[in-house]
Amino acid sequence: MKQFQYLRAATQQSTLDAISKPGTKIIAGGTNLIDLMKRGVTAPDKLVDITHLPLKNITPTKSGLHIGALALNSTVSENGIVVQKFPLLSMALKAGASPQLRNMATVGGNMMQRTRCSYFYDTTMPCNKREPGTGCGAMGGLNRMHAIFGTRDKCIAVHPSDMCVGLAALDATVIIAGKKGERRIPFTEFHRLPGEHPDVDNTLAKDEMIIGVDIPDNNFAKNSYYLKVRDRQSYAFALVSVAAGLDISNGTIRQARLAMGGVAHKPWRLFEAEKFLVGKAVSEDSFKQAAQIAMQGAKAYEYNAFKLKLAPATITEALKHASGLV
Amino acid sequence: MSTINKSMTDNKKQPSSSDGPSRVDGRLKVTGAAKYSAEFAVKGLVYGVLVGSTITKGKIKSIDIKKAEHAPGVLAVITHFNSPKVPGYQVATDPGKPAVKGPVKVFNDDQILYNGQPVALVIADTFERALFAASLVNAQYIAEKHITNLKDNLGKAVATHDDTEYKRGIVDAYKSAPIIVEQEYMLPSEVHNPMELHALIARWDAADKITVWDKTQGVKDTQSNIAKLFHIPVENVQVHSKFVGGAFGSALQVWPHEVAAIIGAKVVKRPVKLVLGRADMFTSVGYRPLTWQKIGIGATAEGRLVGITHHAVGQTSTYEDFAEGPTDISRSLYACPNVNSSNKILGLDVGSPTWMRGPGDATGAFALESALDELSYKLNIDPIELRLKNYAETDPESGKPFSGKNLKDAYKLGAEGIGWKNRKQEAGSVTRDGWLLGYGMSGGVFGADREPATVKATMLADGTLVLQTAVSDIGPGTGTAMVAIASETMGIPAHQIRFDLGDSLYPNAPQQGGSTITSSVGSAVYMACRDLKEKFQQLIGNGGEDKPNYAKILKQHNLTQLQVVTDSKAGAEVDKYAMYSWSVHFVSVLVNPATGVVKLNKVVCVADSGRIISPKTARSQVIGGAVMGIGMALMEEAIFDDRYGRLINNNLADYHVPVSADIPQIEAIFVNKPDININPIGAKGMGEIALIGMAAAVANAVYNATGKRIRNLPITPDKLVDWTALT
Ligand SMILES: Cc1cc2nc3c(=O)[nH]c(=O)nc-3n(C[C@H](O)[C@H](O)[C@H](O)COP(=O)(O)OP(=O)(O)OC[C@H]3O[C@@H](n4cnc5c(N)ncnc54)[C@H](O)[C@@H]3O)c2cc1C
Repeated sequence: MKQFQYLRAATQQSTLDAISKPGTKIIAGGTNLIDLMKRGVTAPDKLVDITHLPLKNITPTKSGLHIGALALNSTVSENGIVVQKFPLLSMALKAGASPQLRNMATVGGNMMQRTRCSYFYDTTMPCNKREPGTGCGAMGGLNRMHAIFGTRDKCIAVHPSDMCVGLAALDATVIIAGKKGERRIPFTEFHRLPGEHPDVDNTLAKDEMIIGVDIPDNNFAKNSYYLKVRDRQSYAFALVSVAAGLDISNGTIRQARLAMGGVAHKPWRLFEAEKFLVGKAVSEDSFKQAAQIAMQGAKAYEYNAFKLKLAPATITEALKHASGLV
Repeated sequence: MSTINKSMTDNKKQPSSSDGPSRVDGRLKVTGAAKYSAEFAVKGLVYGVLVGSTITKGKIKSIDIKKAEHAPGVLAVITHFNSPKVPGYQVATDPGKPAVKGPVKVFNDDQILYNGQPVALVIADTFERALFAASLVNAQYIAEKHITNLKDNLGKAVATHDDTEYKRGIVDAYKSAPIIVEQEYMLPSEVHNPMELHALIARWDAADKITVWDKTQGVKDTQSNIAKLFHIPVENVQVHSKFVGGAFGSALQVWPHEVAAIIGAKVVKRPVKLVLGRADMFTSVGYRPLTWQKIGIGATAEGRLVGITHHAVGQTSTYEDFAEGPTDISRSLYACPNVNSSNKILGLDVGSPTWMRGPGDATGAFALESALDELSYKLNIDPIELRLKNYAETDPESGKPFSGKNLKDAYKLGAEGIGWKNRKQEAGSVTRDGWLLGYGMSGGVFGADREPATVKATMLADGTLVLQTAVSDIGPGTGTAMVAIASETMGIPAHQIRFDLGDSLYPNAPQQGGSTITSSVGSAVYMACRDLKEKFQQLIGNGGEDKPNYAKILKQHNLTQLQVVTDSKAGAEVDKYAMYSWSVHFVSVLVNPATGVVKLNKVVCVADSGRIISPKTARSQVIGGAVMGIGMALMEEAIFDDRYGRLINNNLADYHVPVSADIPQIEAIFVNKPDININPIGAKGMGEIALIGMAAAVANAVYNATGKRIRNLPITPDKLVDWTALT
């Protein structure tokens, strides 16, 4: 690990000033960043600790809920309003990592966490995300955990977050602060696909920071489910995960929200499948059809072909749970 | 003693005092007072960090150490260019003959034999400075083509040095049987990953005198190995290893990092502490070898075994011929007239494997017990019935009687415990809440040995009994069991007994491996106590009470203490009897038909391992073995990217071991009948059998639930999802 300077930020402004200089990085819970520094994947000159900024609040707004970027994953998952009005988010958070990690991890840090691709983590191996131009170790390598949607030859890594899958499904908005003030973007546009620049995970500029997310009110609370399929019952990243929210009236689906994790470089929202479900009766059959629609454009690699079967099965199961069929 | 001990059968229930003594060192462990090897505040301590090779095979071209040497706090950077030679490494090889195989000689030459092999040791005044300086060492290599894949190179496997071929009766007799199962099995390489990292502190006390605080399963073996390597008298090597935070076989030998630290301490003339990182634990201290197996098994229509053919190819390194005996189990578990087997190894460009809990038999049991289960379905016979039909009343291999065998009791107890009567013979036929429910069972066996051991027993003036022997306790509760034996034999309460272990100054004891300690050291403790009691009897003459007041007697005779040193070893019984411990594992699982997720529903493990000395710690052993078996069945796998010869999951986030959420209720049941022929205490080992067979029980239950047989561990959801698409 390289030597670095540590600064505790007193204000949002001083944070923004600090990160405008090259080689400076924000540290929140540190559960991802410190690991990456230990492995030599990233080597900042300076860390700005933002955990003392007043961004931990979880407050109702006129049309929904605001969650500060520094709210802890554990706090959010157990917050009364979240549990009652946005259970999908609570479930997604609790499916992630371990209680110890969730006690440290923040909402902003969770959004910014980097892929768990083994080739990204091992600095002796090629990785376009870590070191553009070196190639992709996973392409011809062990890609069991890798993406089936939105891939490019340059990178087939997945975004590892569970929370983000929930927030993508819930139409959240990200609130970002920069030198020029605040801006807001839809959650689904925050993370990006690898394209020609797999080293860039998201649309946050280097001199910007996340200050929170807003979730609009919805009618999905009664019929929500987060289903995560993994290699062990806890403390493992998703092979495939699905966030499903349904607004059901008299057995008919009025609105649907669906997002998948473990399948793409970003939380993968299933817009077409959602559209299909609107107006359909609650039935395993329509769920299966929706799952088939969701799988259009999927492409497998040597070791992750199972996801082509597991993903639609997981979508169907998640919808069955959300709708109360099981 | 012939009663069946079912008192502590539920792991959700708190064991009570009627279940025997609690861990004698439990308080020390949970309060942090127990000191492990890396935790000794030795005066003048400095810190070593190893730099590992990033290529898999080839030569070191150069190592630039200048930057590292000039980093703050650095005392030395040692490589093969500047390392003092280890005298024990200089084995003369006959010219023209191939080099003698053996452990990697650290900092000895420019050869790279596996990825991660130590190429430099950085020593600094703090750990952080050593770690930082290690990142500045720049090694350049001349890489050569490497091979790390077993499956593609099976044809290149060679015979192991011993016990390669076995033949009883007609070769491949199974082929002529009316009912045949013939299948291949893959068991991935598994890493021990004890919680405590391998660590040592090495301090030279004089030019030919050294003290090490080391994580080891055998202080005496470590002592003699270090003496041999550094050409110093054995008595000048002191090894301390009072507490070991798990090992499972990884601490049965002196590894390159231990030699490196000792070299380092010599160079800087200060005590050096070296703790392996978790990633190093995957490459530097062995693992269970990746093994391919093929089994052919044939039976009559009534279910009598006609023949078993068992072939195995295990992975080893290019520099050591390490071989397990995965095919051994097929010789002795069942009465079968015709058995033949071959056991081969394939040297790959990887670090050497080593013994890991249930070595050989855990691997072999997975194949044999999976095949037997498959056979039971072909025969449409209950798997327990099939086993009873082929029950071995005498040892099929030697023809000798067993020293003690109650396996039939074990089948019965386990079947009751799991509710075997609820099992349906038709696979995939039972659902519960949308999940498929299945039952499986499997057996395990492991040789029961008794090694020579010596115990010094001293009764002190205050009535404290001190027992000393150079055994290690890597976690099973050795001290607890020994105190229990002494307490019963001497008739004094446990709190008056101190059991000293883990120091090379104490009398000889075997390594803690192969499930031998209770049998070996336990017998020695028993005999030493008996001798000591006898000495007291002589003092007080005939007619003494059964529970004498030892302190009083010492005082009456003006003695400050009374001491015996007792040797104990096996006798003629080893030629008369075949000696084994057995286990039976019963499992019920739930499998999600859509996602292929397997959840354990319940586990019942029965051990037939003689008398149970310390019920609480024995129960912990069984539960630990079951958990390890669940890991073997469902998740453990060290994965190499063969293009680079490097592991892609050398950390505990990516290399999965079971977490609490994976573990169901586990019942541990003991047949608890003393084996009166093996040793004076009637106890046999149980550490290995707790694991052996467990993985097959899970795989068999998955089959019963789904009708899908997985022969390639671990059983992860992706392997079942193909099947789910069909349902
Ligand atoms: C063993 C392990 C298992 C895990 N399993 C899971 C899992 O199953 N599911 C899952 O979802 N997650 C999992 N995680 C990941 C975990 O959720 C993340 O590490 C955590 O959410 C990161 O939050 P943090 O506050 O600690 O971020 P940090 O480590 O402090 O920071 C991470 C990144 O975010 C940046 N950052 C932090 N806050 C801001 C901000 N406000 N604005 C801009 N940039 C910011 C930092 O600069 C850094 O680049 C696991 C982690 C580990 C170590």
